[in-house]
Amino acid sequence: MDMSTPLERAHRMKLVMVGNGMAGVRTLEELLKLAPGLYDITVFGAEPHPNYNRILLSPVLAGEQTVDDIILNPTGWYADHAIRLHLGKKVVKIDRAARCVEAEDGTRAEYDRLLLATGSRPFVLPVPGADLAGVISFRDIADVDAMIRASSRYRHAVVVGGGLLGLEAANGLMKRGMDVTVVHLGPWLMERQLDEPAARLLQKSLEEKGMKFLLRKQTAGMIGGERGRVTAVRFKDGDTVPADLVVMAVGIRPSTELAESAGLHCNRGVVVNDTMQTFDPRIYAVGECAAHRGVAYGLVAPLFEQAKVCANHLAEHGIGRYPGSVTSTKLKVTGIDLFSAGDFTGGEGTESILYSDPIGGVYKKLVLKDDKLVGGVMIGDTADGAWYFALLRDGKNVSGLRDHLMFGQDHCGNLGHQGINRAATMSDDMEVCGCNGVCKGDIVRAIREKGLFTLEDVRRHTKASSSCGSCTGLVEQILAATAGGDYSAAPKTKSVCGCTDRTHEEVRAAIRQNRLLTIPQVMAFMEWRTPNGCASCRPALNYYLVSTWPGEAEDDPQSRFINERAHANIQKDGSYSVIPRMWGGQTTPAELRRIADVAEKYAVPTVKVTGGQRIDLLGVKKEDLPRIWADLDMPSGHAYGKALRTVKTCVGSEWCRFGTQDSTQMGIDLEKAFFKMWAPHKVKLAVSGCPRNCAEVAIKDVGIIGVDSGWEIYVGGNGGIKTEIAQFLVKVKTADDVLEYSGAFLQLYREEARYLERTVHYLDRVGLDYVKKTILDDAEARRALYGRLMFALSVERDPWVERAREGKLRHEFETFHA
Amino acid sequence: MDHWKDIFALADIPPLGARVVHCGGVDIAIFRAADDEVFALEDRCPHRGGPLSQGIVHGRRVACPMHNWNVELKSGCAVAPDEGCAREFGVRVEDGRVMLDLSTIGRAAA
Repeated sequence: MDMSTPLERAHRMKLVMVGNGMAGVRTLEELLKLAPGLYDITVFGAEPHPNYNRILLSPVLAGEQTVDDIILNPTGWYADHAIRLHLGKKVVKIDRAARCVEAEDGTRAEYDRLLLATGSRPFVLPVPGADLAGVISFRDIADVDAMIRASSRYRHAVVVGGGLLGLEAANGLMKRGMDVTVVHLGPWLMERQLDEPAARLLQKSLEEKGMKFLLRKQTAGMIGGERGRVTAVRFKDGDTVPADLVVMAVGIRPSTELAESAGLHCNRGVVVNDTMQTFDPRIYAVGECAAHRGVAYGLVAPLFEQAKVCANHLAEHGIGRYPGSVTSTKLKVTGIDLFSAGDFTGGEGTESILYSDPIGGVYKKLVLKDDKLVGGVMIGDTADGAWYFALLRDGKNVSGLRDHLMFGQDHCGNLGHQGINRAATMSDDMEVCGCNGVCKGDIVRAIREKGLFTLEDVRRHTKASSSCGSCTGLVEQILAATAGGDYSAAPKTKSVCGCTDRTHEEVRAAIRQNRLLTIPQVMAFMEWRTPNGCASCRPALNYYLVSTWPGEAEDDPQSRFINERAHANIQKDGSYSVIPRMWGGQTTPAELRRIADVAEKYAVPTVKVTGGQRIDLLGVKKEDLPRIWADLDMPSGHAYGKALRTVKTCVGSEWCRFGTQDSTQMGIDLEKAFFKMWAPHKVKLAVSGCPRNCAEVAIKDVGIIGVDSGWEIYVGGNGGIKTEIAQFLVKVKTADDVLEYSGAFLQLYREEARYLERTVHYLDRVGLDYVKKTILDDAEARRALYGRLMFALSVERDPWVERAREGKLRHEFETFHA
Repeated sequence: MDHWKDIFALADIPPLGARVVHCGGVDIAIFRAADDEVFALEDRCPHRGGPLSQGIVHGRRVACPMHNWNVELKSGCAVAPDEGCAREFGVRVEDGRVMLDLSTIGRAAA
């Protein structure tokens, strides 16, 4: 809410926005967040409505939503932010010298900055009769009103154009009871989004709903009746088809007349640079009217990315570039699932994976190039569209997934939501996010009421998918179904957090190359936006520092999450749990006796055996921790840390009649060698003494299986939310080899993975081949990696010993009474 | 003024850290920002009662260790879109000592 006085407002810079649509208003919203009082803002909108969700015009036409449902910013929003709103006024002139715009009715406004968000206009075929009554396009609320009016009085509708918009219009008119024929010039529908088999399937399902099609038909003109209203459409081949209503949906053109008349450089859109600035530095352009690197986008996700960048520059923050977007398409016709993204045609150098079930009405095609997904088209079953799109956008190496790729994400082992993966079939009270207890209805309501468009927004407002993230795909589906065709996609390269635009890789490189040793140094060097970061970036930076410069960079306890600061796991009631280390899961009567004594002495409420072959003391008071550690006299189990957790073992050849190797001793050796190892995320190991694999090594970060002739090493397993089976890395002969190869792999992971990236996700990103090349093919590199790990561990101390016996950081465990 | 009680030295709290004081049946978290300004809040996150004192302090906020809600140190209120506030108490630094305003605690306990 703007609380400033008129005098204050008079001294502000003047921002004028021409165009009152989604991209423009989103820019204002982002700007108001960044610099609330910077501008005195005036908005001109040619339509008589405040900003509404244009994507949802199709459901309005189909009678599934009302105009009020799709209003994004009611007039009160403009008033609350002291924005002068001129509705129904079309700007016809920009005077760049006088820095002023003028509307048709003579309304003038001066500007210091001008934002052009004029959008696009439908292309109208230049054929005779195109100006008859009853010939309209499908662009705004007025068009929808005209269609709804026509549907109640007339019978025959013809939609010219079998693209996305045309089919949505046809569907809406059909739902309104009209007899609808879609006329299309091309050989199949939606040829820019679909290949022929998919389009045929789509056509078939629409025909089943009652829609008619005329393909390969070139419209020659409209035939008018007595009262000047259209009565039929005539084609070049001489055929005609009766029509009381003709909807032209043959494409859109960026609205650039205004910009062109002001002498701004336009080329299929108002040409802008990566900061959304036009050739006149005082004038910016966003949305469908803007041409960025030769592309004018027509989907909401890229437009919102543009809005964010433009707002940042208008707010004079001067950071952020718009690098262009990858887009995907969904058809908003109820009952028809269609998804298309990227290069779905394929061609030289690409491979296609196909799935076709004409009876079941399912067709899927995935196009791969260089082991990456580059495009896809799906009809009938699009549940995994968001997942495929993420793989495509992030350029992930999918060679390991190839066998299962076609069958979707759930096929790759996904627990926690009982296979429910279709947002549309869910009722409002069904739970989506099991971690935070968020139901579908909560998410839909938040999206509607708060006008959310991005996954990040939904996470912030509802917490859905903000914890373990396994329901992300489902949340994206709900978002797509509720807010419109597509949602804003996260950028390809991830910045560390909101405090910076730098990526994890850039930060790591800077730390290494410039010998940065403290968090303030990193933040100053990399121009962090916040004075001392946030709870996301500080732990990451602390890890990068201590892992890059062991013994030199000092650990910063205040940048550690509480568990790693207290060296115990915080529980829901604020108490802690203590898990002492038992090497290789092996213990002694003396240790068990000490654990029992401690449990009694400190009245520990729960004693539990963990999944990692150790014993957990739960419900410990924080102030008791140092004394408990002293009494236990056992090493820290690091069960609380992004660190080496356990090395699980089976009994092995010492006792087991099937055992071929001494797996217990191997586990103990590994655990002692890598003890105290911090890592980007938790690290779990296991060793089995024979292929019966009782230690479950296939779901560990590093798993070792003893065979008669040596040891097999597997990497990248995970038993969490999504079960991931470890991949075979190498077979070695001796126990020393096991240490060296495992250690080299772990050090590579420590040096290259992003903070909070598990080994499986690191491997997904870089590919197993790369890891093999680095540590199998190059013995010197392998030994160097192992050497660096051994050095890092040699300077690390047991945190429990330091705190229990040497009084380190005593304040952490003291309480005061006043 | 006698309702200001000397608790401990400023140096007893690490910068960007917190200490807990039990006082009048309330656990009070005292935070120290990077510029040595101190803040006092009830040690209960408005979300599910997590101990804010155990969170990571950044800028003028603390991130709750339980579910990562961000709470403003000055007002005790959760950062939007989250809602709810932790009680705030009067606190100041005098000659390197942290002084707590007992009168605000009495009011809170009442």
